[in-house]
Amino acid sequence: MKKDTSFYWTLFLSTFTLSAFTFGGGYVIVPLMQKRFVAELKWIDEEEMLDLVAIAQSSPGPIAVNASIIIGYRMAGIRGALLSVIGTSLPPLIIITIVSYFYLAFRDNPIVNAVLFGMQAGVAAVIVNVVINMVKDITKNKLILPIVVMILSFIAAAFTSINIVVILFICGAIGAYTTHKETQKTKGGLK
Amino acid sequence: MIYLQLFWSFFQVGALSFGGGYAALPLIQEQVIEQHNWLTSTEYIDVLTISQMTPGPIALNASTFVGTKVAGIPGSLVATLGCITPSVIIVLLLAVLYYKYKGLSLVQGVIKGLRPAVVALIASAGLSILLTALFNKDTLPIQWAELDLISLVLFMIGLVLLRKTKIGPIYVMLAAGLARLIIYGLTTL
Repeated sequence: MKKDTSFYWTLFLSTFTLSAFTFGGGYVIVPLMQKRFVAELKWIDEEEMLDLVAIAQSSPGPIAVNASIIIGYRMAGIRGALLSVIGTSLPPLIIITIVSYFYLAFRDNPIVNAVLFGMQAGVAAVIVNVVINMVKDITKNKLILPIVVMILSFIAAAFTSINIVVILFICGAIGAYTTHKETQKTKGGLK
Repeated sequence: MIYLQLFWSFFQVGALSFGGGYAALPLIQEQVIEQHNWLTSTEYIDVLTISQMTPGPIALNASTFVGTKVAGIPGSLVATLGCITPSVIIVLLLAVLYYKYKGLSLVQGVIKGLRPAVVALIASAGLSILLTALFNKDTLPIQWAELDLISLVLFMIGLVLLRKTKIGPIYVMLAAGLARLIIYGLTTL
């Protein structure tokens, strides 16, 4: 891909726009990134997107910031990472700076509240849609282990106070162990 | 001096908040209320409310708000920089390792194990977003009497549009906000 001015501008503008629309928490950036970088720009594929989210989630700091750093790095190295982290940080910086001067009026404004209340329903649709796609993707091979891991992780994350990093660590270890077993089996078969 | 303090406080928030927004809350509270008295408890709750109303990560919203209040716009820049610096360092390191070693079978095994967990985490976040949108609370149990019917309809229309058409997620969000505003306008007139 040509790394010209228009490429860097697209990268910056994409991260800036996505950040400006991550209402409702960091995970909302996942469907937005998927639409932009996987479906529209075709810079990465679906599986790599999930890997990037896994890295973003395993690191400390805001998920949206972490995910954009990896996308930037993937597309254009350190320079790309710095450009996309600036793109992601600017919208909250600008919006909160402005809002902080009249935040009481903003917080109590019924029109602002009506729009935001409506947007919450839209955000819910966006995240439920991406979850349906991702669950379909995990279940399509009809392998038992990933499905069990997914269900147990969901229960742990939604209904217990187990730290997310612990969940990720255990699942990573399960993956490493089963792959190790499989490789051993193949080697044994060759003898 | 105040800039250094702001940078260091939010550097710690960025470096220690594993697991997204909710993990950051106690750390922010510790830094801005207990250690430095930059915000009162009421102001802190206002920051949380505004964070929910505006886009962007809560840690960045808090760093901008506190930075502006304590030391103006330079303060907000320094606090935001402090908050993202640990991410830049740690995530870049992991990204470099991922792209260097992703061919190794052990790394592929770990990643394969992580995929279903990541989907589960997104689903869990999705559940609380859905409950907030429909019932105005983010944890179970819910009360069906509190179900907001307009939200339910907007949610269903949004989901059908996303699944059956090529419409982008941003437009679905904006349209839902606009629809609610129109309904608000009609009911108050």
